[in-house]
Amino acid sequence: MDADVLKGGFADAPIEAAHAFRAAMTAIARPGKIETLKGAVPPAPMSVAAGTLVLTLCDPDTPVFLVGEWDCQPVRDWIAFHVGAPIVGAAEAMFAIGDWAGLAPHTQFAIGTPEYPDRSATLIVECDALKADGAVLRGPGIKDTASMGLPEVDAFQMNAMLFPLGLDFFFTSGDQVSALPRTTKVEAA
Amino acid sequence: MSDYNFAYLDEQTKRMIRRAILKGLAIPGYQVPFASREMPMPYGWGTGGVQVSAATLTPDDTFKVIDQGADDTTNAVSIRKFFEKTAGVATTEEASAASVIQTRHRIPEDELREDQILVYQVPIPEPLRFLEPSEVETRKMHSLEEYGLMHVKLYEDIAKHGAIATSYAYPVKVEGRYVMDPSPIPKFDNPKMEMAGIQLFGAGREQRIYALPPYCQVVSLDFEDFPFEASKADHACDMCGATDSYLDEVIMDDAGNRMFVCSDTDYCASRRKAGHVGAQGTPFEETAA
Repeated sequence: MDADVLKGGFADAPIEAAHAFRAAMTAIARPGKIETLKGAVPPAPMSVAAGTLVLTLCDPDTPVFLVGEWDCQPVRDWIAFHVGAPIVGAAEAMFAIGDWAGLAPHTQFAIGTPEYPDRSATLIVECDALKADGAVLRGPGIKDTASMGLPEVDAFQMNAMLFPLGLDFFFTSGDQVSALPRTTKVEAA
Repeated sequence: MSDYNFAYLDEQTKRMIRRAILKGLAIPGYQVPFASREMPMPYGWGTGGVQVSAATLTPDDTFKVIDQGADDTTNAVSIRKFFEKTAGVATTEEASAASVIQTRHRIPEDELREDQILVYQVPIPEPLRFLEPSEVETRKMHSLEEYGLMHVKLYEDIAKHGAIATSYAYPVKVEGRYVMDPSPIPKFDNPKMEMAGIQLFGAGREQRIYALPPYCQVVSLDFEDFPFEASKADHACDMCGATDSYLDEVIMDDAGNRMFVCSDTDYCASRRKAGHVGAQGTPFEETAA
């Protein structure tokens, strides 16, 4: 095991995790809003924001699914050491991390059950950049409308139709995060 | 090593609560089960709200606690002291100065801003519980959106009393989907739930967390011919003269004398500081306790 794996965790876990959670909560409560999320320094290709989300939300109780370049030994070792989350297949995952293309098809993830819609996966989508303009968003957390650059529109419209079931998305790039819960209605600009 | 972990709870517990809060915000009005911990206070004293606050607070926050609108009652004082000791956060009694407000059974009179979070203490999170005691059944009713029973209950109110007699914990429908218990706030506060701040609900004994994102549609259940009415005592505050605030009735003596005062102590005090005087009030003095 490479000694680098041991690095990149929170320096002061309770405090940094508290700040990180507030950023993540603000992001999901206000779809389209871009928040700063930092503290973790995960191995490439994982972004600082995605790594911080993993440290803040994942532990041995949360199976994680890695896709594409993110499913590499340094990332697996880093998650194993800092978080202890089991790495699993898509269907069992509570969190999935990767780029948009790698995460397809989105039907492979758990969307919850009618009795327990919370038993659904949260997707952490790594992006090149987060853009504030793009698709038009409406729904809870948004006063009138908001806008947000999205990799595509159809998948999120399909996801919103599943409500109260469905997936919830975080988008990460560098130390920035934004989110799209299943309640948000998306329209192409 | 005599210090508490920041905000009392261990990190794994906070992660579990945080995941529940995020799912709660993604499914507004749905009650997310969580593994509620024993807290150093009895059930019924806000163990759910305290756990949600502990998972939400950062050291930069200013924390306010109200119990039925008051900052100076036992429950509010003890929870405020708890977080002063375990999280070292600044505390305040001013609603406008607080970033996180934990509340038992009231929403502050001052409108909340976007940067404020309201945490409710919830005794019974299931709005259908008194109509259907089985959790298996109520869960199925929520999944099938089968809320007829709740309307029958409100109808029976009208049949018996001539009006919807439910005056607190008045059921609401969130985003046209989940019927939710707003916790035992007076129905006067129901319209305020469509607010700019984030609202989080914690029920410790019942092990449920639910949430409302900002600007979420929250509709109080009613009938076309018996519309919802956000009622309050038909009186002005006797201390500050406010006519728009929710009032508590205080019995003054054995002779039947009583007075009405704002339930929100911060609202009342700030009005008195601004020079408003009610029918039985005295001008505000800085030294007055």
